[in-house]
Amino acid sequence: MIKLKTFFASRKSWTLPYLIFSVIFVIVPLLLIVVYAFTDDAGHLTLANFGKFFAHPEAMNTFVYSIGIAILTTLGCILLGYPAAWILSNCKKLGYARTLVMLFILPMWVNILVRTLATVALFDFFRLPLGEGALIFGMIYNFIPFMIYPIYNTLQKMDHSYVEAAQDLGANSFQVFWKVVFPLSMPGVVSGVMMVFMPTISTFAIAELLTMNNIKLFGTTIQENINNSLWNYGAALSLIMLFLIAVTSLFNTDDSSETERGGGVW
Amino acid sequence: MVKKVLEQVYLWVLLILLYAPIAIIVIYSFTEAKVLGNWTGFSLKLYESLMNTGAHHSLMNAFVNTIAIALIAATVSTLLGSVAAIGIFNLRARSRKAMGFINTIPILNGDIITGISLFLLFVSLGITQGFTTVVLAHITFCTPYVVLSVLPRLKQMNPNLYEAALDLGATPMQALWKVIMPEIRPGMISGFLLALTISIDDFAVTVFTIGNQGLETLSTYIYADARKGGLTPELRPLSALIFVVILVMLIIINRRAGKEKQV
Repeated sequence: MIKLKTFFASRKSWTLPYLIFSVIFVIVPLLLIVVYAFTDDAGHLTLANFGKFFAHPEAMNTFVYSIGIAILTTLGCILLGYPAAWILSNCKKLGYARTLVMLFILPMWVNILVRTLATVALFDFFRLPLGEGALIFGMIYNFIPFMIYPIYNTLQKMDHSYVEAAQDLGANSFQVFWKVVFPLSMPGVVSGVMMVFMPTISTFAIAELLTMNNIKLFGTTIQENINNSLWNYGAALSLIMLFLIAVTSLFNTDDSSETERGGGVW
Repeated sequence: MVKKVLEQVYLWVLLILLYAPIAIIVIYSFTEAKVLGNWTGFSLKLYESLMNTGAHHSLMNAFVNTIAIALIAATVSTLLGSVAAIGIFNLRARSRKAMGFINTIPILNGDIITGISLFLLFVSLGITQGFTTVVLAHITFCTPYVVLSVLPRLKQMNPNLYEAALDLGATPMQALWKVIMPEIRPGMISGFLLALTISIDDFAVTVFTIGNQGLETLSTYIYADARKGGLTPELRPLSALIFVVILVMLIIINRRAGKEKQV
């Protein structure tokens, strides 16, 4: 009894419920993906699921095409979002800047499907054709807030005396940007890329809606296979995506910022 | 001066573009037309038929399910996450790092991986999927955000306060309740609201864990609708209302965050 009491008094052990929960609902399920990916219907060990992926031109094409779309979306988000973040971080009035940042984030909280259907309506309204252009526009529209916010955060925390020092030492404004500001804002750009690139590949249903079922992305391929009870193949495709996530998150060296900034949007 | 104006123009053009689709939904919620984009005159009929429970039973049902799931998931993950945050804060550096990593897995993974992995878990355990599994899945991806909103509050806290309470004769439980709780409460509230919003917004995880017992949430309802090739007209007023509610909620959160920063 006394032992039990000291156990609860030590606040370290308060981690335990969450640890147990995470093992059951995060770690074991991930291991299950691995198990399913390397077995067949009967439960025998096999590499056939991966063989099927590499032999299957359609799935392979979707995968490569999705990466291409995701790269274009990410580049678009950086090109449009970086200037916005830069302007916001230079605003003299902090309250005004904060309100604008909130306005940029707000559309994220409207259901992604509703937003996508509204984008389709917008294209209809201006009599623009749906297709690849609509797809990239829709994806940039859906994910640009995720790019602006982290870049704004790092730019705002940046020590402006570096910029002044560079100017004093004779750098022109182009050089100041490329040699000082941009490298210093890299952590923000990297976490922005993380938050745009992966979701673009993995969303399903969005691409179909924006292209009238003409284009599908990798997320849809996975979902279709799981839906058709091809769990092992679906798990193998998920594992390929997990691998991609792991590779991209290796670039994310900014591991402290997540806990420092107090969780996401606020 | 010209540069300043151009900068502001750029920001506002971007914002207008971002809000154009939402504006279309809101504007067309005030007309009766079946198809989004047809204006057949101002009318509140869609709002009326939304409030009229008989007419759109399944839509309202889906809405109630969404709110119920979000409230339960947000409450449980706030409790679980806050307790976990206190625990993690008191861990030694190495185990704290490990727990921090485990905590970020659901955030990094993306919806679809979380959804599929949980789907495989429930299937292998032979659990029938339905309300409970959706709630469990939502707790899984909401709790990390609660932990991330509570931890910074603990870091900002003066560590001597807790010791002082103990020296003055408080039991550890009392010290926790009277000293630590008030300090982390703002973080818990932000975490709760954050959990609520991402739970309502979720689509991919819900689709994989909802099963085929006929349970529907707003997201799956809209998904089924969109696949049939159009939106139920009543979704327009509903989305407009949800948007306004979330707008108000976010303004409140922002005020709160603003006040904290001033202190």
